[in-house]
Amino acid sequence: MKKKNKAELWIAFAAIALIYVAVAILEQTMDNNHIIFTVLKKGAIYSLVAVSMNLLNGFTGLFSLGQAGFMLIGAYTYSIFTMPTAVKLTESVYKYYEAAVKFDTGIFVGLICAGLAAALFAALIGLPVLRLKSDYLAIASLGFAEIIRAIFQWDVLGPVTNGANVMRNYLDLTDVKIPFTDIPFPPTLYVFLAAGVCIALIVLLINSSYGRAFKAIRDDEVAAEAMGINLFKHKEMSFVISSFFAGVSGALLAMYQYTVQAAQFKAAMTYELLLIVVIGGIGSISGSCIASFLYIAASEWWLRGLDMGKFLGIDAPNLFRSGFRRFVFSIIIMMIVLFFSRGLMGDREISFAGLIRRFNRRQTAGATKGGGIDG
Amino acid sequence: MAENVLRLENVTMQFGGVVAVNNLSLEVNKGEIVALIGPNGAGKTTAFNCVTGIYDPTNGMISFDGKTIVANHPRGKMKKLYAGENAKRYTGVRTVDPTPDQVTKLGIARTFQNIRLWKSMTVFDNVLTAKHMRARQNVFSATLRLTYQEEKRMREETAALLEEQNLLQYASDLAVSLPYGLQRRLEIARALATEPKLLLLDEPAAGMNPQETQELGEFIVQIKNKYQLTVFMIEHHMDLVMQFSDRIYVIDFGRLISHGTPAVVQADPKVINAYLGVSE
Ligand SMILES: Nc1ncnc2c1ncn2[C@@H]1O[C@H](COP(=O)(O)OP(=O)(O)OP(=O)(O)O)[C@@H](O)[C@H]1O
Ligand SMILES: [Mg+2]
Repeated sequence: MKKKNKAELWIAFAAIALIYVAVAILEQTMDNNHIIFTVLKKGAIYSLVAVSMNLLNGFTGLFSLGQAGFMLIGAYTYSIFTMPTAVKLTESVYKYYEAAVKFDTGIFVGLICAGLAAALFAALIGLPVLRLKSDYLAIASLGFAEIIRAIFQWDVLGPVTNGANVMRNYLDLTDVKIPFTDIPFPPTLYVFLAAGVCIALIVLLINSSYGRAFKAIRDDEVAAEAMGINLFKHKEMSFVISSFFAGVSGALLAMYQYTVQAAQFKAAMTYELLLIVVIGGIGSISGSCIASFLYIAASEWWLRGLDMGKFLGIDAPNLFRSGFRRFVFSIIIMMIVLFFSRGLMGDREISFAGLIRRFNRRQTAGATKGGGIDG
Repeated sequence: MAENVLRLENVTMQFGGVVAVNNLSLEVNKGEIVALIGPNGAGKTTAFNCVTGIYDPTNGMISFDGKTIVANHPRGKMKKLYAGENAKRYTGVRTVDPTPDQVTKLGIARTFQNIRLWKSMTVFDNVLTAKHMRARQNVFSATLRLTYQEEKRMREETAALLEEQNLLQYASDLAVSLPYGLQRRLEIARALATEPKLLLLDEPAAGMNPQETQELGEFIVQIKNKYQLTVFMIEHHMDLVMQFSDRIYVIDFGRLISHGTPAVVQADPKVINAYLGVSE
């Protein structure tokens, strides 16, 4: 039985490596402006934040609605830190304010600081809220996300955040270089690597002793506490770690977008992520990743035609016009939630043994149906 | 003179106007099996919850291994509402109110009357997770597998514990898929995984037939000897209580009405009254 697990693990590694190779090849051979690269990049970024949300909502049983807020902190921290000082001092970005942050860092430091800034805010929110017995986290984090968005657009903070104006000219995906050279790093591959490393860390955490403690809290708080698991400490830990990775994904989003603005991180973004987590299956990492890519592909690519007058070869400019995509999209999501109430994956992970088992079961089911009496 | 492991002193637990435990004093000595019995709703589980830190008693003191772990006196709203005894006795004492995990860390483990296993976890993980508290690691070293030896040790100990309880064959089954009797066994195994000195069992034989109950009694004696435990249990099965406990405390309506050896308690008219007064 242990051996089988090991084999499964190797198959999973091989499959993941294959995906990375495929992405690398695709990026070298296809036109880089193809929509598929948008889907891949955004899908990977959303995967990371969905997985971090799942760590909290799915594995620790804490319901937070602050993801957009933490992504905002991450995105801004990153853009402020990595914008070259020379750019900050000219008027190209900080037009109405004099930039107060007069240093700049590299991409890696920027990404880490983005995570740390989000984690710091999470720690401060968690301190009062997570000590309470009842679950006020959802309200507190949603409120926090709304307030932080307003604060970042506040005039007084203009020298730091550039007020309500756009941040740009910081280090983005085109500035990533292959280490020790001046050759640009393939951008899609970079996003995949960055998000992949973060997701791998979350998976390692979930499968560690601490991950089991989180699940114990989710399953039965009273029993967890009675078995010596400090509720506050572990909840705070899960919340801070989840927010750290939300911050990193916010920074990656900023890198991908080239520009960033506080107004973009609305509660609707959090709901979008929540939807992805629910569709993928609460408590399933692979489910969250699959759902992210499907969601982004559907909203950015496959259903685009519904807004543009032409879908699946049918021309109907009167029906397929702006807004129709949202309508169809909502219906699809409603169907998924109705018919797969536990999401695509439930709380399981994708596994090849599972796929084979399912396939076999289907075959034997077919056989007994034809078989007749002795079943 | 026997060394007492657990000592309750005038413990009162009042919920609003209901005094669930009233002025309860008792002690459990090292190496003993002591039973707490009483009719339904007598306040037995509430007394356990006061010891384990789930409730903060309204008044009284509890000590473990000679150290005060809980101390309280009527405060706030309870100052006026308090209906128990010794209202003034502990007002000078500094209040001590630990959380359940701190109590467990001191060495008191428990099982629950209505089984509380972790539902989504396997039998193995249920026991393994209870070892988390005493593991020497932090979140970074555990995530990055720097303390993999600690993890390995925990897994080995868990396997050994399950083996001893004859549960190893179910290791990869979901805990809740086990038959009822085995779930109770598993809860005991999980409690043992926290390496306790004192084991509190809340109706461990509930729902068991006479033969299973007998086996459970022998099993409790066996683990008590092996791990040098002290056992304090709530139980309704009188055969189990009379056969296996060294001493018995009887409470009714939150008050202690009798205590002593099984023979003494069995013959006490107050006990007979309490049990006949309520239809059993
Ligand atoms: N949290 C609470 N709030 C209010 N009343 C409570 C609370 N917990 C217990 N009680 C009351 O305290 C009394 C004692 O309950 P307890 O559960 O301790 O009884 P018990 O002796 O364990 O009974 P049983 O044999 O049925 O398990 C009951 O009247 C119960 O309603
Ligand atoms: Mg009870």
